[in-house]
Amino acid sequence: MTLSHDVLIVGGGGAGLRAAIAVAEDDARLSVAIVSKVYPMRSHTVSAEGGAAAVIRPDDSLDEHAYDTISGGDWLCAQDAVEVFVKEAPGELLRLEHWGCPWSREPDGRVAVRPFGGMKKMRTWYAADRTGFHLLHTLFQTALQYERIARYDEWYVMKLLVDDGRVVGVVAVELMSGRIEAITAKAVILCTGGCGQIYPFTTNAAIKTGDGLGLAYRAGAPLKDMEFVQYHPTGLPFTGILVTEAARAEGGWLINKDGYRYLQDYDLGTPSPKPVLRSMELGPRDRLSQAFVKEIEKGRTLDTPYGPVVHLDLRHLGETVIDARLPFVRELCRSYENIDPVHELIPVRPVVHYMMGGVHTDIHGATPLEGLFAAGEAACVSINGANRLGSNSLPELLVFGARAGRAAASFASGAQGGTAVRPAVQAQVEDERRRLERDLFHRDGKEPISAIREEMRATMEEGAGIYRSGDSLAKAADRLSVLQERFRSARLEDRSRTFNTELLAALELSFMLDVAEIIVHCALLREESRGAHQRVDFPARDDHRFLANSLVHRDADGSQRVEYPPVTITRWPPGERVYGR
Amino acid sequence: MTDRITLRVTRYRPESETEPTAQEYEIPLRKEWAILDGLNHIKDHLDGTLSYRWSCRMGVCGSCGMTVNGEPKLTCATFLEDYAPGPIRVEPLSNFPVVRDLVVDIGDFMRKLPQIKPWLIRSEQEPPAENEYPQLPAEREEYERFSMCINCMLCYAACPVYGLDQEFLGPAAIALAQRYNLDSRDQGASERMDVLSAAEGIWACTFVGECSAVCPKDVDPAGAIQRYKFTAAMESLKTLLLPRGAR
Amino acid sequence: MSEKIEYTPFHPRWYRPHIPVFWWLRRRSYLLFVLRELSSVFVAWFVVFLLLLVNAVAQGPDDYRRFLDWSAGPGVLSLNVIALCFIVLHAVTWLFMLAPHAMVVRLRGKRLPAAVVGAGNLVAWVLASALVASLILG
Repeated sequence: MTLSHDVLIVGGGGAGLRAAIAVAEDDARLSVAIVSKVYPMRSHTVSAEGGAAAVIRPDDSLDEHAYDTISGGDWLCAQDAVEVFVKEAPGELLRLEHWGCPWSREPDGRVAVRPFGGMKKMRTWYAADRTGFHLLHTLFQTALQYERIARYDEWYVMKLLVDDGRVVGVVAVELMSGRIEAITAKAVILCTGGCGQIYPFTTNAAIKTGDGLGLAYRAGAPLKDMEFVQYHPTGLPFTGILVTEAARAEGGWLINKDGYRYLQDYDLGTPSPKPVLRSMELGPRDRLSQAFVKEIEKGRTLDTPYGPVVHLDLRHLGETVIDARLPFVRELCRSYENIDPVHELIPVRPVVHYMMGGVHTDIHGATPLEGLFAAGEAACVSINGANRLGSNSLPELLVFGARAGRAAASFASGAQGGTAVRPAVQAQVEDERRRLERDLFHRDGKEPISAIREEMRATMEEGAGIYRSGDSLAKAADRLSVLQERFRSARLEDRSRTFNTELLAALELSFMLDVAEIIVHCALLREESRGAHQRVDFPARDDHRFLANSLVHRDADGSQRVEYPPVTITRWPPGERVYGR
Repeated sequence: MTDRITLRVTRYRPESETEPTAQEYEIPLRKEWAILDGLNHIKDHLDGTLSYRWSCRMGVCGSCGMTVNGEPKLTCATFLEDYAPGPIRVEPLSNFPVVRDLVVDIGDFMRKLPQIKPWLIRSEQEPPAENEYPQLPAEREEYERFSMCINCMLCYAACPVYGLDQEFLGPAAIALAQRYNLDSRDQGASERMDVLSAAEGIWACTFVGECSAVCPKDVDPAGAIQRYKFTAAMESLKTLLLPRGAR
Repeated sequence: MSEKIEYTPFHPRWYRPHIPVFWWLRRRSYLLFVLRELSSVFVAWFVVFLLLLVNAVAQGPDDYRRFLDWSAGPGVLSLNVIALCFIVLHAVTWLFMLAPHAMVVRLRGKRLPAAVVGAGNLVAWVLASALVASLILG
């Protein structure tokens, strides 16, 4: 039995669905399919809260959005990509509106916008504080009208099939039955999201295990800027649940244990009662998370069983504003912290939120590996540089999801030959089948995978957290290579073929370990501090050596080789990042 | 010595068993722990073979619906402490075929979804609008509630009509149809009418009301269905009484 | 969409729980639901009873008296008492539980909460009953 499509999309979140619709609209003759390890509406896009940035107001301009994005990214963004991004973002958000997305509205019926961190103008569209949820469900429901978009729900992709330097499909396992199949395709788009699960404390859902990063890397596609890991400044302790930046955009304050708005001590401006754009609580995420660490060092945070916290104060906003603009924040605080933000302070601490890095692509979503495309958090174009601005990720997955979809469609229409499986590829499929059978039934190792996973997470937090050093990273690298070794002899108790989530967890952990090693390796080599990558032993930005993306390849012997191609600069030469001044 | 609590979890191993059994696990009772944290503790430390779905653990992805002490619940938003001293029964959602342990098959719902055309329909092929379709905040509010559904399937698990007759379109699907029918931008209500007004549509509902009672997002599918019954009744009355042109 | 995928050769062995006969006793709302379904039988009985009454009236005073005597018998009387209970259940669940959800009543652009609509229905019901009572008794 051969499963075969022209374009195969791995991942059914925002980017994957947008890409699928783009393919379906682009060429009616193409067959397109989405393979996803969860039902598409369970994808992590659903958790995004605050909003999506796109220029729509007359007092705003594309250049200002581009400048905010590039300075927010500490000049590591590919500026040609940013220009494309800000230009196409409004059209994509409007299209979402035409598909039914329930954007919040002004009294006159126009789409409403709110301020957001690091943005000089109000340009963040929102659907209360459930923007990602509404965006994902709108995309999913819109995709349902295209009967030609086939779906493999709850199938897990284990390997990309590469034939003669070209990606020709995937090997995937159907979770419900345990059967392993090759799905061939002329073009494959990776839309698998990020990898927050390699850290112990993250806003990311359990499914965000860097599968696509691992798949691409093992198949020979380079990853880019992997050392840049974004900590969101406001996560709820214990759960790591996100409290959206919109809470600060609506006027929330960050205060330390003395009730003091401490951000004023970190070159982020002076406090004022009303929110000021690009200032104080509306500074960029990297700077806010770093300020938190400095507050710990000064002993001005509060201790809880789940680590030090500061407080987010929304009380002065009042119940009406909170219920209208931040209802989900209130719901989450009530159910997970047992507090009501209308009357009480919300305990928060920085939490791993987003990977700026990803599979290296051009502005069309194409990777250097022929037939392979990527979009969304899994990809790195890069519009986010060293630090992503809040509300840029949702328009990013739309703009580049659509672009990757169109590019893959045109690649597939022009691709030579059918999708017949050549013997060399068939051998890869059989190898993968054997590997899994071995993993399924002959894994009498010593320790459970959960122990290794926990240790990996602790290693990453200690070695490659908000602040890193050559020492901490070297130690982390050593521990990770030991963990890789231990993983090879780990134990799997579950021998069932039916919905074997332990097997799934093992496959995911194997990708996560690879990604963790890459992050640490790239962080060790980047001897400077830029955006989310802060080296205590190299505290300054070094444009002379590192105004360059890190591009990490997998060499034939399995080792990592990092190159530094220069950043694409079009109109904005590197400058100082100025906030609150 | 921390407090402990027992979870009585349904196991079903399709390769070796013909029907489910219950297995007890003793886990730490912590104030912050949801039922899901308890299951994760079991999976990571006690028994790696337990299968269940979960993802966002913040009540929005809709993966982790299970039956807790007889009630359909999102296990990430249901806390151990509220059931102390236990034991707590954790079972798969009712009214669905059980695949394995706590995992059920929701393929039936997934196949029903496209039938109600849950996308924005504009009546004629108009040129793509340059700007947004205007919508007043009050018009948005009209359908907002029904747009909150996370497809967690708790309402199907609570609905005895669905339990007895799987042909029933069901609460979430009908509420979603109403979400689009009531959207001021949508012009497709007549296209959804046939499916909704069929015998397996709204008229199968006998207003038990449990769907709305168990809904974690306060969507009120029961209200959506009753409201559509009113609309449908008015429509058929119009069809009966008015000449074709005046409808 | 998904159904195109050919599951058959690999289909896992699903367990389909059978529904116990007394499933409707497990929850108050289920019980109420079954009782309300059952109430339709009594609604039908009241229609039959009314038709018999009309027929008796049409046949003349003797038949009417015989009908009244028959109605006053313990069997018919208790049947009617039970029927009345079910009719009330039927009416109450409809008027105060279902109708408020089905009806959208707006006051100054804001949708009234279901409880208010329910209360309005109750008032209307009491007024209508009072009117009927005054016609008969007055």
